[in-house]
Amino acid sequence: MNGGLGDIWTLAWTFGLLSLFAIGGAASAIPEMHRIAVDLHHWMTDAQFADAFAISQLSPGPNILIVTLIGYQVAGVAGGLVATLAMCGPTAVMAYNVSRLLHRSSQSKWPGIIQAALVPLSIGLMSASALVLAQAADRTWLAVLLTATAAILTLATRLNPLWLLLAGGCLGFAGVV
Amino acid sequence: MLPDLPPAAIPAPDAPAAAEPPGLLELFLAFAKVSLAGFGGVLVFARRAIVEKYRWMTADEFNETYALCHFLPGPNICNLSVVFGARIRGIPGSIAAFTGLVGPPVVIVSALAMIYARYGEIPALQRTLAGVSCAAVGLVIGVAARMMGPLVRRRDPVAIGFLIAVFVAIGLLRLPLPPVLLVAIPLSIAITYAMRRKGAA
Repeated sequence: MNGGLGDIWTLAWTFGLLSLFAIGGAASAIPEMHRIAVDLHHWMTDAQFADAFAISQLSPGPNILIVTLIGYQVAGVAGGLVATLAMCGPTAVMAYNVSRLLHRSSQSKWPGIIQAALVPLSIGLMSASALVLAQAADRTWLAVLLTATAAILTLATRLNPLWLLLAGGCLGFAGVV
Repeated sequence: MLPDLPPAAIPAPDAPAAAEPPGLLELFLAFAKVSLAGFGGVLVFARRAIVEKYRWMTADEFNETYALCHFLPGPNICNLSVVFGARIRGIPGSIAAFTGLVGPPVVIVSALAMIYARYGEIPALQRTLAGVSCAAVGLVIGVAARMMGPLVRRRDPVAIGFLIAVFVAIGLLRLPLPPVLLVAIPLSIAITYAMRRKGAA
């Protein structure tokens, strides 16, 4: 972490470009964030990436906060701000313009077709996110067991996710996982 | 004969949402509240506030706006705040809504980042965060599995094929995202279009 102007610029264009490919939201872009932050630029270790994900999930707000944390790691508060704005800005401008264009609901079938075509891709990305994060976070068999339990509870119940995160934190603090 | 009509295409015959259009400060505060209440997903809280509590939009208008934001790339809820703010108060409105949504959480998470940078080496904190990440990964798996449900039940081979192909390319082979999507998106749209034409004929 040195936080020169060069780093800020890299953050801006990296996340600006990434936002255009985040179909289905920020969760789909996690594998690419990991590839960029851990493998390509060595901004953080695998464990730090998993920690950043944990902190972003513990914080209230939209799930783009992992971007703020990656930016902070690279260039402090300014880095966090630039990365966050870069992740939201380009697509926000796009959404603004498209919504003005389609102010009245269109009867075209294209939105339906494009949506149907994108859904499987975004679920595939989400599954890839799960794998990348699991490889960063689950280092023991008990950790895998905790992840599997949380997955099953998420799938089978309407439990508030915050309880699962807190339970995981307590188990971690107690040294179980 | 349009089985999965997106909400955007449903006509909205209902009366306009009741209340006065909110001012900039009100927009900012409403989105800040929604955002700070939203652990693991702001959308539910946003719908509740905009449609039920303040009545700034009808349910249909909200669905239509959300469908648009979901279909565009980028963080859905950020797109939603910008589009919603702009409909109410133009560009200043979209800036107010967006800053409300993102500002307070960014301040909180930056404070947490400072604490982490300073105390991240303490073993008890490391263990705790490791436990949280394990559970958080479980959440992602659970949500992905839930989203997969309808595709698996429809036994849609094309959709499942694309899902697996993207998972292998990004998750296993760790290929960069842009080239993978630049191939996958046009291909998926072309095949979906061709299948619908065949289905309609």
